[in-house]
Amino acid sequence: MSAAPAELVPTADRRWVGLSTIVRREYQRIMRIWGQTLVPPAITASLYFLIFGSLIGSRIGDMGGFSYLQFIAPGLIMMQVITNSYGNVVSSFFGAKFGRHIEELLVAPLPNWLIVLGYVAGGMLRGLLVGLIVTVIALFFTRLHVEHPFIILAAVLLTALIFSLAGFVNAVFAKNFDQITIIPTFVLTPLTYLGGVFYSIQMLPPWAEAISRTNPILYMVNAFRYGFLGSSDVHVGKAFAVMLLAAVLLYALCVRLMNRSSGIRE
Amino acid sequence: MHALSLRQLAKTYGNGVQALKGIDLEVEEGDFFALLGPNGAGKSTAIGIVSSLVRKTAGQVSVFGIDIDSDIEAAKACLGVVPQELNFNQFEKVRTILENQAGFYGLPRALARDRVEQYLRELQLWDKRDAMSRTLSGGMKRRLMIARALVHRPRLLILDEPTAGVDIEVRRSMWEFLRKINAAGTTIILTTHYLEEAEQLCRSVAIIDEGRIIEHGPMDRVLRKLHTEAFLLDTREALPESFALAGFRARRVEGHTLEVEIDKEQNLNDVFAALSARGIEVLSMRNKANRLEELFLRLVEGNDESAAPVAPAADGARR
Repeated sequence: MSAAPAELVPTADRRWVGLSTIVRREYQRIMRIWGQTLVPPAITASLYFLIFGSLIGSRIGDMGGFSYLQFIAPGLIMMQVITNSYGNVVSSFFGAKFGRHIEELLVAPLPNWLIVLGYVAGGMLRGLLVGLIVTVIALFFTRLHVEHPFIILAAVLLTALIFSLAGFVNAVFAKNFDQITIIPTFVLTPLTYLGGVFYSIQMLPPWAEAISRTNPILYMVNAFRYGFLGSSDVHVGKAFAVMLLAAVLLYALCVRLMNRSSGIRE
Repeated sequence: MHALSLRQLAKTYGNGVQALKGIDLEVEEGDFFALLGPNGAGKSTAIGIVSSLVRKTAGQVSVFGIDIDSDIEAAKACLGVVPQELNFNQFEKVRTILENQAGFYGLPRALARDRVEQYLRELQLWDKRDAMSRTLSGGMKRRLMIARALVHRPRLLILDEPTAGVDIEVRRSMWEFLRKINAAGTTIILTTHYLEEAEQLCRSVAIIDEGRIIEHGPMDRVLRKLHTEAFLLDTREALPESFALAGFRARRVEGHTLEVEIDKEQNLNDVFAALSARGIEVLSMRNKANRLEELFLRLVEGNDESAAPVAPAADGARR
């Protein structure tokens, strides 16, 4: 039988349950379409390790005292974390806009900052899951040296956070499916490939090295690599400062966009 | 207490269209309220603003006394919204959609599961609980949206065209269900194109046209503003084409059917007596259209001078 209206849930409880529900829904989505979310990065990473690591890498020789495979492994893990964190949020949030089920959240008694946090946590979750999968694959090809585990953890969490937030910004502005692929194709991929995943920027001529230092992904890859190998092309403190600043600015931008309802409410 | 109060609510869209021109409206707690109006009148804009899907340009909205500008979360927690367009994830299971919705309103998981089962059973969707929502029929999708809006047991349920496109049987069962939850204490606001639906279900009504409220008040009082009512009479004898009935506005619709308009001062007995005197036997009789429909058309078309200028209702209606 239908019952009388319920008493209100206290705000703090409602927010906590609301946030965990958004994250659970994102997790369910990742698992529901695992063939699109978890398998492709595993295949791509395997091919990179096989071709660049084992086949070509064996002819390149050592990089800073480590085998080429050991050198590129952190970069390849980070590359997939970046792509998948970004891709999860941009496709999930834009899909919710397109299918109008974002309205479920917009009418719910949840603040905008919490909705952003929920989607971003979902993006980070996928980034970390994929990062874990690629790490396991890397272990089939090489032994991973771990120098600073907490730096590895901090770098991967911050990177996943930054690119989840960036994916959110893209999704808010996107008006069609083309617009959620433009940034990954024309901005993210070139920056990632030129961000020191496959090489040390010390190998570059001075002008190219100077340009590379303006690429934020360079700092993320190198901070992560420092956690594994204990060596980096950039100062690790500076790398974390860049990442923290980017995360704070992007989160503020995302909440502002939600509050202004750009492209979401009429 | 007012479940909903709108004060000078106005909305101008980016393209310059003034969808709402400063409307005032109050809905009493426990009421079953119809918001009627032609397409583009501003109904969905008003509902959109209340449910925070549309940003208002000016005015005040309060839900159970909570101003949406001062505590939007508390106001939204009181609301359940069934939109006109489908807006659930077509790739999620029926049960998942409801469980997630309960979570967005802060219901713990175990309580959410109980509520989901309760409302899926009440709306005859329990057998479809593990079906992908996109595989449901049109009527089931509408019921799913009602179940979703109710799972947190809102104090105010807003339904925008809830029975559009569903068959009569499903519509009737949805009416019964809505009556039941209204009787249990949930205030309901309904927009509908089926004016019979509003007349059957609702105790109060507001008619909105071109962004303004043109009528507002208890349903029976609003309906009393109708000065005439039209009936169709089926007769045993064939009627001549030029058939007329002295003292009444009557016309032959077809061979055995007569349309008669009855003024407030007249009564049907006089019609029957006049027909009987002419040797015409009436086999059956029916309303030409439902009364609300007649009033609605007269108001929005401005055809009925006596019905249109309605005095403000005691509960704050305005023209």
